[in-house]
Amino acid sequence: MLQLKILFRNAFHNKLRSGLTILGITVAVLAFGLLRTVIGAWYSGVEAASASRLVTRNAISIIFPLPIAYAEKIRQIEGVKLVSWGNWFGGIYIDEKNFFPNFCVEPRTYMAVYPEFVLSPPEKKAFLADRKGFVAGRKLAARYHWKIGDTVTLRGTIFPGNWDFVLRGVYRGRDETIDETQFLFHWDYLNETMKRVSPRRADQVGFYMIAVSRPDLAPDVALSVDRTFKNSLAETLTETEKAFNQGFIAMSGAIVTAIQMVSFVVILIIMAVVANTMAMTTRERIGDYAIMKTLGFGGGSIAVMIFGESLVIALTGCFAGMILTFPAARAFSQTLSTYFPIFIVSAQTLWLDLLAALLIAFFAAIIPARRAIRVGIAEGLRRLG
Amino acid sequence: MAIPLFYSMRNLWKRRLTTILTVSGMALVVFVFAAVLMMAAGLQKTLVETGSDDNVVVFRKGSTSEVMSGIERGQASIVEMLPQVAIGGEGRRLLAKEVVVLIALPKRGAGNSNVVVRGVQEASIPLRPQVKLVAGRLFRMGSSEIIVGNSIAKGFKGVGLQGTLSWGMRRWTVVGIFDAGNTGFSSEIWGDVDQVMQAFRRPVYSSLIFKLNNPAAFPAAKTAIETDPRLTLEAKRETRYYLDQSEMMAKFLRILGLSLTVIFSIGAIIGAMITMYSAVANRIGEIGTMRALGFRRRSILAAFLAESLLLGALGGLAGLFCASFMQLITVSTVNFQTFSELAFKFTLTGRIVLQAMAFSLVMGLIGGMLPALRASRMKIVEALRAA
Repeated sequence: MLQLKILFRNAFHNKLRSGLTILGITVAVLAFGLLRTVIGAWYSGVEAASASRLVTRNAISIIFPLPIAYAEKIRQIEGVKLVSWGNWFGGIYIDEKNFFPNFCVEPRTYMAVYPEFVLSPPEKKAFLADRKGFVAGRKLAARYHWKIGDTVTLRGTIFPGNWDFVLRGVYRGRDETIDETQFLFHWDYLNETMKRVSPRRADQVGFYMIAVSRPDLAPDVALSVDRTFKNSLAETLTETEKAFNQGFIAMSGAIVTAIQMVSFVVILIIMAVVANTMAMTTRERIGDYAIMKTLGFGGGSIAVMIFGESLVIALTGCFAGMILTFPAARAFSQTLSTYFPIFIVSAQTLWLDLLAALLIAFFAAIIPARRAIRVGIAEGLRRLG
Repeated sequence: MAIPLFYSMRNLWKRRLTTILTVSGMALVVFVFAAVLMMAAGLQKTLVETGSDDNVVVFRKGSTSEVMSGIERGQASIVEMLPQVAIGGEGRRLLAKEVVVLIALPKRGAGNSNVVVRGVQEASIPLRPQVKLVAGRLFRMGSSEIIVGNSIAKGFKGVGLQGTLSWGMRRWTVVGIFDAGNTGFSSEIWGDVDQVMQAFRRPVYSSLIFKLNNPAAFPAAKTAIETDPRLTLEAKRETRYYLDQSEMMAKFLRILGLSLTVIFSIGAIIGAMITMYSAVANRIGEIGTMRALGFRRRSILAAFLAESLLLGALGGLAGLFCASFMQLITVSTVNFQTFSELAFKFTLTGRIVLQAMAFSLVMGLIGGMLPALRASRMKIVEALRAA
């Protein structure tokens, strides 16, 4: 108990310095927490993806389509419960910087394959009844202030022209890990237009979504699908939705790695700052240590004091940073919802924060503690002057 | 009278451990700052050098990259007959009709990535003087032979010389490897356009590239292409086209880098502040003595500011020194805008050096300002008594 009191007294002996150091740790922990959350947001698509859904696409690459005729063949495969399909539309709303994912899908089956997109029954009915209708996620509709019945025009990049859509429903995610920034419309609308303006590109889909009857059947179904279309003009590649999303992230892997490395650099920076503080503290207190040694305290208990002091400072900063992470993350997710639709601080991040603080405290105290242990009594007392 | 700079330098040397720790904190911040800017600069440099100024790219109106574009054969022939197209050696027009598709290839390491396959014509080679064959030979027109860029040969599996790839129910043999220097072409696979179109069942070209007979003729060519009612096409200078493709990614990197360094610099500034406050606190007696000797308040201020600027300069130099080694690293990642693989190097430019040094000095200045003010405001008597 007495030792704890000494630790706190020592830690806050020089208020200005301790305050600055704690502030530094707070900022570092905050930055570290936000960076880990950014990485988490990057992987949110993988987390939300189901392992019992399969995605089938052209084996050459995602830009090549598959014929619509495959839908019936896939449906016949054992273990397949539902098949839906869609295309990446890649439309631009007014300006390129207003980015949001927009797909056309076969609506009836899509809603069944993705039960996590919750749409009220009257809105669902209205959407299904209108071929030019679309549904938008709650966050997306809020971002552009769209109301039910509004007409929205997208400029096609892959499918040329201006395309008009009418908002028929706003979906909500079943829980907070579901992306609420998507724009979904009828595949028929795209297909019928393509039949008219460029028949070569009609009756083609970008990807099939397959719901399997039991999750453990997924690998077998994936193999059977690919085997069915082997040696055809459009060979397929079928994988679980998780693996499919993972593939997208792997492409920008270099950036994720960079952010990860940078999040460790901030820990190193603050380690240098705290080590500096501890070095100064011990330098000032060399005389105290000499007196303690004279009284019979060993090097060990002095080291414990220094490590403890470093720990007190680091943990105070760490807790302040952890508390601040939540409002910061909220502000962050509002401004960056275009890039990161899901932005949640995870429990793992908080544990990592704590671990980082402990590491900072430990490494920062090593050199000062060694110095304090080694100092001879006479030399220490001489400095007392 | 000014206090000599030597005084500030000696003081940093006297408290080496503290100096090293503060400088290394600053150096890390400068390192991150410089590295991110180098990444953005490298990306942009790669894409800008990919284009050449008297080449024109023609693609379908509204599409943002060649992959999305489509040009009918008839339309391509109309563009080919424009008077602004340069005439090459054997009286042939320097215009290439190309097709660009993406294929997924396994990367060395892990995962797949999208690689550009470009179907080219004979005219494509003289249009891209950067492209040089480094191994093997050129593909023969009309065969299932391909040549690959050196970044692809290095970064992907199974695409070395004599390797085979299969797509479109055919096997394609790699017969050559080309080096296109620091350009986007190094991340591409080239084959005969007619073979590639046939294999992928694409009846239309993706883009047309031609050389202007006179660099100043671009506006005329652009108007001719964009106002012709038979064409729904858009023309851009090749340099402009590739610059546009790097914009989003470079902007993303810059924003990310700047917001990170601003946050990190708070840590480093605090470090400098702690160091300088304690430097002042340890030397109250000295400050009093100097004031008593007749040094003015502003000389004291200058001496302490000089000390913290020195800290900043040391941090900046150390950070840049480490960052300069990043130039040896090649990054290969997917460009969001084209959705295809692109390899580029970290590039250190003079501008980045200046920015990083300025940033570092500003960190030192901010960190040292308050402590230096405190030192300069001390009253002589009190300072001397404290000593």
